[in-house]
Amino acid sequence: MKVLEETLNARIPSGPLDQKWTRHQGELKLVSPNNKRKYTVIVVGTGLAGGSAAATLAELGYNVRSFCYQDSARRAHSIAAQGGINACKNYQNDGDSVRRFFYDTIKGGDFRSREANVYRLTELSTNIIDQCVAQGVPFAREYGGTLANRSFGGAQVSRTFYARGQTGQQLLLGCYQAMMRQVNAGKITLHPRTEMLDLVVANGRAIGIITRNLVTGQIEKHCADAVVLATGGYGNVFYLSTNAKGCNVTATFRAYRQGAYFANPCYTQIHPTCIPPHGEHQSKLTLMSESLRNDGRVWVPKKPGDRRPPDQIPDEERDYYLERLYPSYGNLAPRDIASRAAKRVVDEGRGVGPTGVGVYLDFRDAIRRLGEQNIAARYGNLFDMYQRITDENPYKVPMRIYPASHYTMGGLWVDYNLMSNIPGLFVIGEANFSDHGANRLGASALLQGLVDGYFVLPYTIGDYFARFKKLDATTDHPEFDQAEARVKDRIRTLLSINGRRTPDSFHRQLGQLVWDKCGMSRNADGLREAIAKIPEIRQEFWENVKVVGTGEDLNISLEQAGRVADFIELAELMCRDALAREESCGGHFREEHQTEDGEALRDDERFCHVSCWKSNGPDADPDLIIEPLAFENVQLVTRSYK
Amino acid sequence: MNLTLHVWRQQGPSAPGRLVTYQAKDVSPDQSFLEMLDGLNEELISRGEEPVAFDHDCREGICGSCGVVINGVAHGPEQTTTCQLHMRSFKDGDEIVIEPWRADPFPVIRDLMVDRSAFDRIIAAGGYVSINTGSAPEANGIPVRKEDADMAFDSATCIGCGACVAACKNASAMLFTSAKVAQLARLPQGQVERKRRVLNMVEQMDKEGFGNCSNYQECEAVCPKQISTQNIAVMNREYLRASLSGA
Ligand SMILES: Cc1cc2nc3c(=O)[nH]c(=O)nc-3n(C[C@H](O)[C@H](O)[C@H](O)COP(=O)(O)OP(=O)(O)OC[C@H]3O[C@@H](n4cnc5c(N)ncnc54)[C@H](O)[C@@H]3O)c2cc1C
Ligand code: FES
Repeated sequence: MKVLEETLNARIPSGPLDQKWTRHQGELKLVSPNNKRKYTVIVVGTGLAGGSAAATLAELGYNVRSFCYQDSARRAHSIAAQGGINACKNYQNDGDSVRRFFYDTIKGGDFRSREANVYRLTELSTNIIDQCVAQGVPFAREYGGTLANRSFGGAQVSRTFYARGQTGQQLLLGCYQAMMRQVNAGKITLHPRTEMLDLVVANGRAIGIITRNLVTGQIEKHCADAVVLATGGYGNVFYLSTNAKGCNVTATFRAYRQGAYFANPCYTQIHPTCIPPHGEHQSKLTLMSESLRNDGRVWVPKKPGDRRPPDQIPDEERDYYLERLYPSYGNLAPRDIASRAAKRVVDEGRGVGPTGVGVYLDFRDAIRRLGEQNIAARYGNLFDMYQRITDENPYKVPMRIYPASHYTMGGLWVDYNLMSNIPGLFVIGEANFSDHGANRLGASALLQGLVDGYFVLPYTIGDYFARFKKLDATTDHPEFDQAEARVKDRIRTLLSINGRRTPDSFHRQLGQLVWDKCGMSRNADGLREAIAKIPEIRQEFWENVKVVGTGEDLNISLEQAGRVADFIELAELMCRDALAREESCGGHFREEHQTEDGEALRDDERFCHVSCWKSNGPDADPDLIIEPLAFENVQLVTRSYK
Repeated sequence: MNLTLHVWRQQGPSAPGRLVTYQAKDVSPDQSFLEMLDGLNEELISRGEEPVAFDHDCREGICGSCGVVINGVAHGPEQTTTCQLHMRSFKDGDEIVIEPWRADPFPVIRDLMVDRSAFDRIIAAGGYVSINTGSAPEANGIPVRKEDADMAFDSATCIGCGACVAACKNASAMLFTSAKVAQLARLPQGQVERKRRVLNMVEQMDKEGFGNCSNYQECEAVCPKQISTQNIAVMNREYLRASLSGA
């Protein structure tokens, strides 16, 4: 591994923290209203980030081309978010403020995020609620007609806005409807069932993408004045995750191969409350919203191997381990901490359920206190979902939960303007690395997607247009032909192998390896083993994968194979990053670096930085570039939730 | 358990289709219906045959991607989405007929996959509040009665899967369209465009070739989100009012 001397300019504005964004906005260059219509922007992704960006850019007058792999923009993975969205409105008068939200986010991210970005995120959070309410998003309300809030995952104030257990759905439909209004106005062209397979870079600037029409198989070239990637996270690298089945890393990974830096790939979030896997046919894992931890109590038997049914285990023989270990946060301890604690008790042989991989989330006491009816009003749909999947009634028997891959903090590197190191390539939402450091707070991903798309990118993209000379937006550049040739070659190769193993079987194998070696806890030996093993999987994949059908047609096994191929390469990068980061922070837990009582041990001397990886192609080691993190407004302290 | 599947296979919109029989072996009751189909597809790919095409993504019953007709019922026997249907709803030896949504405005793309873009065009015709980013007033400046917010929410939970259309003899899209109309008509934010919205959305719905509603209520019976046909009554009222007074 080579560490390059290069300095990355994050373009963080000067001045006091609380004035940076306002000042910056005043200094950003503008494109005049009449000129905006001369610019075309490609937005890949229609989740909260891509949807809000596409709608807002179109409202401003830009021409937008919007891409997604689903049959409709409304189905992006954001739709599945359950719990809520944070904003420091302080409606509950419980002492919330931008400053407090800022601090909670910085601390939650274990001091591995940029102060300026986080401050902007929290500062703009209040505008997001205004915007969504004005669109008709039916957030939960109090009887007086005002908006309701709840406290969520590791926050001591109630700053989470929600729409029953379907917040993501309601927010996304708001975005989607705003987009459809612009489709109607002729400002957005939709390209559903279309997958981006490569990025086109000419003269150092992003000028377009290559896509495959998933119905006809046609490979198409699209040029534009700027490309925005809003393609979500890479949690499916673990195969089993709470992400939608189609979530993939292809768009961002192909951009990485074209020169965009990948930042902190080892920062992945394992969510503590998912339904445990049941068997080998399992295709995905289902999240049980973290809001359940407001009323459910997490426990396992004190004795290892205690197989008695839960109602026969008396209270004295139960270990409410989160309450015991973290008395001030209890069951609401942050995700990474709650997940590792669950892993620890399961590793001790105290896990529950048929596989022994699981812990209880028990509502007995809450039902006694509040009555079944109130619990049903709060969590009814989640309880129903749990029952449908497991065939167990959580009003009577405690839920069983276990951590699962959920979110990825790592992603393409961007500066304060959300632009990658390739001018003209912007990255927003979960696809970038920007705001959550080493661990994301619950209910802040929806926020980030919307802040990026509604209120940041639409300003900063104009600055790019105003500062850089306008290029001819045509597909005549030879780089388009080269990119198209790369894509076609790869498809041809995949179709010609005709081996014996399905793409899915490689994905499962890879997922298990990454989960074991680069999951909830990691160590140098395991990571080295994975780094040696992954190229073997890659080699076998390219010799033995079976893809049926042709390229010029709808072809599911070809789609899968392309995505798995990219996950294999990404997995190696993740492990390299995890090996290089010789400390524990947030979701990245290195067993060699822990305190006596098993908590994460950061090394601020050596690792208070963003690790940015530069590709040298699939067969050479990537180089590392470091962006140091400067903390001017908070003191780095050990993150304690005791 | 072991099952016999009769699956609709069709190469493209204009190609002829037919039911093809497959055996599904060693299916576990804890598997979801789509996991059972995954198993079939793995086997087909291994044999060098093309897998069965079907739409799916979230597998949590919320994105609205999935949806097939199972033994004549849209989404199968449990009034949930196809992805949330589990094999414990079937028993060893069952025969299962699996077909795509059948409705003219939803042409088959391949096998069990259909084109539902007509729904997007109905929303594009008016299913929104026209407010540009940045011009929103303070959120608590618009109080909404809890009852209204809750009712609007109930309508807003539609996932756009299209089961309502597939279940309707007339291939009516009234349940889908009315859910959006009713949601926005209930909220203060939706008032300004209330009349124009319903007229435009209904016009688009008709243009797409969806049929009329004859009150069979089959739509409600299959809706995985329990969207009520009361929404249709609301839409009819809204439509009448708007056409009488002019938008
Ligand atoms: C089950 C679950 C529950 C969650 N709950 C919450 C919550 O309560 N609160 C919270 O804040 N966060 C939550 N999160 C996290 C949050 O939902 C996501 O981080 C966020 O929605 C991501 O939004 P996005 O716009 O960045 O990407 P996504 O919504 O993932 O959208 C990605 C888009 O990119 C498109 N795309 C991807 N690859 C390609 C390609 N190669 N070509 C073309 N298009 C492509 C897709 O079609 C899609 O439109 C949850 C996540 C999960 C999994
Ligand atoms: S796959 Fe999303 S609703 Fe079934």
